[in-house]
Amino acid sequence: MRSSTFLLCALAVGAVVFGLSRFIQSEYFFFAGYVVLQYIVLATAWNILGGYTGYVNFGSAAFFAIGAYTTVAIHKTFPLPIPVLIVIGGVISGLVGLGTGYLTLRLRGAFFAIATLALAVVVQTLITNWDYVGGSRGAYILRPAAASLFGIYQLNYIEYLFLIMLILVVLAVATARAIEVSRLGFGFATIRDDELAAEASGVPTLRLKLIATTLSGAFMGMAGAPYPYYITYLDPASGFNLSYAVNSIAMPLVGGTTTWIGPVVGAILLGTIQQIATVTISSAVNLLIVGLILIAFVIIAPNGLVGLVEGWFRKKDA
Amino acid sequence: MAAPLLEVDNLTKRFGGFLALENVGLSVNQGERVGLIGPNGSGKSTLVNCICGTLHNEVGTVRFDGADVNGLKTHERTWLGMARSFQLPRPFTSMTVMDNLRIPLIYTVDARSKSRLSPSELQERCTELLTLVGLQDKARKWPRDLTQVEMRKLELARAMAAEPKLLMADEAMAGLSHSEVSDIVSLLIRLNERGVTIVLIEHIMTAVMSFSQRLIVLVSGHKIADGVPQDVIQDPDVVRAYLGQ
Repeated sequence: MRSSTFLLCALAVGAVVFGLSRFIQSEYFFFAGYVVLQYIVLATAWNILGGYTGYVNFGSAAFFAIGAYTTVAIHKTFPLPIPVLIVIGGVISGLVGLGTGYLTLRLRGAFFAIATLALAVVVQTLITNWDYVGGSRGAYILRPAAASLFGIYQLNYIEYLFLIMLILVVLAVATARAIEVSRLGFGFATIRDDELAAEASGVPTLRLKLIATTLSGAFMGMAGAPYPYYITYLDPASGFNLSYAVNSIAMPLVGGTTTWIGPVVGAILLGTIQQIATVTISSAVNLLIVGLILIAFVIIAPNGLVGLVEGWFRKKDA
Repeated sequence: MAAPLLEVDNLTKRFGGFLALENVGLSVNQGERVGLIGPNGSGKSTLVNCICGTLHNEVGTVRFDGADVNGLKTHERTWLGMARSFQLPRPFTSMTVMDNLRIPLIYTVDARSKSRLSPSELQERCTELLTLVGLQDKARKWPRDLTQVEMRKLELARAMAAEPKLLMADEAMAGLSHSEVSDIVSLLIRLNERGVTIVLIEHIMTAVMSFSQRLIVLVSGHKIADGVPQDVIQDPDVVRAYLGQ
């Protein structure tokens, strides 16, 4: 399937999801759904670097928070519409991604992962001490009660945020899919398989890795940009929450890292389970569930759900 | 006479206090078949790595096809027309045999010609390369399904896919049986007949002797002999290095 066709299909699926959501009266659905959608973007973004090129990023929370805090900073100076904030947040996070790439991509494996973890700590310390965006006190964002689409269609604000995140999901997934089937995707896969052999075959590995860190960082920042409007009170503890780093790794691993569908499936599955657990058991049990599921998958299905299904079909063929 | 294709001058490589290569100089002419031999640890692979840019040599120069390639990255040297196979095969494990060959085609051949091969052209070239090395039936297989000798052939085919002027085959035959060795030697000679200059790094003397037009011997980081194979293996220094006093 051509990438443009895929984008149209993804848009159609997004439109159907939004259309169906119009029948739901509960506002809670949109609150929970927003989080699941946000995780689809985060997991897909993580997978562009972690799944396609094999570089494990433990600092997702930093990129997410950079997007969110960009919004806070702009909101306090000169409020802009959310789609514009998403673009700005994406650009800034993408630039941080590019810088991180330059500084760390000589490191491989666990060393790269540790460096990204360190990046998260550094960024969090900077934000905590930046008074303008609230520092450790946090910042309040007053959101309007409703938003209007094209000046005609009135939407409850949480439904508006849900719609925006849905569009972002379509964009992120379509981008990931386009990379996967392109020459760029082939190049990314050679980096994951064997960097030395990739260079010897003429793949400019450093340039490709920088493209991956930039795109990955940009999408994480875009996922974070609308977040202050969703949460209305943002402090470093929630912006840099451990759950972002853990989930954006766990979701692609559970779903499968080699294709675009893996992070989507993983995020829907884990995200939904966490939302249900939050209301039925307790909000603290979330990460425990993620941990247990991750352990189970590492043992039973190391290539994720996608790998499990593929293996099943291969066995059927043979 | 035309200028040599590859010229290595005064090359020195240290790993900390260990001097792996010292003042090594050699040249390889267009279309030549050169054998590079030496005992284990004599610096053969290090030399290949320095020529290809995998390792960075602090001292000395490498000139390729009239250009100074010092400071160029490995992929840039590949674009200029160098190719290598690895001592231990390093296939791209998540791709089929066919897709392994597509990588040099889309990343080197296209980069060099600044155009794009169409999908059907890519398919055609891959099939041609696989036929050349005798892997045409394995196109859709995964590298993990190949035997050792098939893996070496894939390694050579992938190096050839980049349409190199110079191919450096680093121990392409280690661990293979007698008939497999002659299989690979005749393959390399076929490639040479297509105009590719080949440097063969090898331990198996029958293979080296039947393949090489010229032999270079490296012992503990020094070049001790360079000449016609028959003369070189009778050189007292070479005999001493291999057999001891």
